[in-house]
Amino acid sequence: MEYEIVIGLEVHSELATKSKIYCSCTTEFGGAPNTHCCPICTGMPGVLPVLNKNVVEYAVKAGLATNCTIAGYSKQDRKNYFYPDLPKAYQTSQYDLPLCKEGHIDINVDGKSKRIGITRIHIEEDAGKLIHDEWETGTLVDYNRCGVPLIEIVSEPDMRSAEEARAFLESLKAILEYTEVSDCKMQEGSLRADVNLSVRPKGQKEFGTRTEMKNLNSFRAIIRAIEAESQRQIEEIESGGTIVQETRRWDDTKGMSYTMRSKEEAHDYRYFPEPDLVPIVLEEEWVQKVKESLPELPEARKNRYISQYALPEYDAAIITSSKVLADFFEAAVSESSNSKAVSNWIMGDLMRILKDKDMEVQDIPFPGQYLAAMIDMIDKGSISGTIAKKVFEKMFQTGKDPESIVKEEGLQVVSDEGALVSVVRKVLEANPQSVSDYRSGKEKAMGFLVGQAMKETKGKANPQIINKILRDELK
Amino acid sequence: MKITKETIEHVANLARLNLSEQEKEKLTLEMASIISYVDKLNELDTEGIQPTSHVLPVQNVFREDICSQSFDRDTILSNAPSSEDGCFKVPKVVE
Repeated sequence: MEYEIVIGLEVHSELATKSKIYCSCTTEFGGAPNTHCCPICTGMPGVLPVLNKNVVEYAVKAGLATNCTIAGYSKQDRKNYFYPDLPKAYQTSQYDLPLCKEGHIDINVDGKSKRIGITRIHIEEDAGKLIHDEWETGTLVDYNRCGVPLIEIVSEPDMRSAEEARAFLESLKAILEYTEVSDCKMQEGSLRADVNLSVRPKGQKEFGTRTEMKNLNSFRAIIRAIEAESQRQIEEIESGGTIVQETRRWDDTKGMSYTMRSKEEAHDYRYFPEPDLVPIVLEEEWVQKVKESLPELPEARKNRYISQYALPEYDAAIITSSKVLADFFEAAVSESSNSKAVSNWIMGDLMRILKDKDMEVQDIPFPGQYLAAMIDMIDKGSISGTIAKKVFEKMFQTGKDPESIVKEEGLQVVSDEGALVSVVRKVLEANPQSVSDYRSGKEKAMGFLVGQAMKETKGKANPQIINKILRDELK
Repeated sequence: MKITKETIEHVANLARLNLSEQEKEKLTLEMASIISYVDKLNELDTEGIQPTSHVLPVQNVFREDICSQSFDRDTILSNAPSSEDGCFKVPKVVE
């Protein structure tokens, strides 16, 4: 039987505020255990939390950028459960009146556009970190992350494949980066996703029983988990079994998921309104102001690159998928009239070098203007394309501008005829066969001889001059 | 709402309370009487009335996003029954 996979995502993203959600401790990542803590974020009795203004603004920005309706009236609630990563034994979150609801993001898979619904976006606090040591008798707890503001973005079960889930996450990540709501560093846990997944026979209307998978902190893990879990569910059904509604933990090293807890028990959170935090009431005027402050979003930027710089849609999509990369592109084209070359260098050599060096876009040690300067040097003929590749590599190694590199390494094009004549004579002497081929009318031999001369000068000779000298010498 | 011994066991489990059989019986009766007392509110017609989440007429209490010095770690850990390597130490938890 053919099955259809149904996926909904719950994405947690740490907000880029300086201080925590209810106290003035720093949100900085890392730090020695329990050094970013105070009585409020460690849940001491008698303290009074006060909501960070920017948390509301950032969450509303995320909501507006994903086409959500912003609630005029919103409140915070206590979600009760016992686990030592939460010192208060409850997480302050939002239950029935979230800040944002009913939005959507348009994704693109295999050239087809699809709209993925966003059920809601609410604000909540992050939990602390548990350190499990096999040899120890207890568990150690670090509350530095406790109280770091989060938004939880809940999607509709609108995705039908791992590719669609990936496209949704990539679009969402780009939007959160563009709006500077979150730094989205997955390796630091700034962006994490839980996957709700079920399968059903193709054509069936009702959803199958779903499972929730936690502990997914890379795109790769999410894709693998979706593939493994859909396969597990299909096999279970095919062999006559049933799917149990439960929470599963993904183990990326083993490539398997395990039952964590039965959903019924774990989800009895007994939410109630947080009495220490008063309702949030947002004026339409204020929301409008936030909306006007939104920067150009990835989709709009992509379309602009296509019309303004005549980039192919594929290139524009790749370049705008990361704000840092798009900003780099923009810095380069601001100083170059050759936007096609800028895009080609980014899509080709730049991407390859990043991959080879295992670097992120933000690690590029020079500004986009340097790429523009290098392209200008190629266009003016002061360096050759081959030399440019070397210069570009050097720019990654040193962060220096291309002019300095060319000067220091002596890479400028040699156009001095006198110097090149001797090179050409040497090449002619070494290749008598090609010389006679050319003389007997084989124009192709000329190309070979130019290549040999370029090789002799390690790519530094001006090929037009070489060409001219060769023709003179062979007359 | 009917309060049974199972209700008490469920709630006690969620609150991580260990109750003796005697306590369970006592609490079943007590909770039933508390619930029926509160049930009286259901006699009121609340059609068209917004739910009350907060009793104070206060809204939008915010602080600016400014950091200040956190507490000294020794102070933070001073109430902990057990600590190790700068961390709170709790009985071993397994997911």
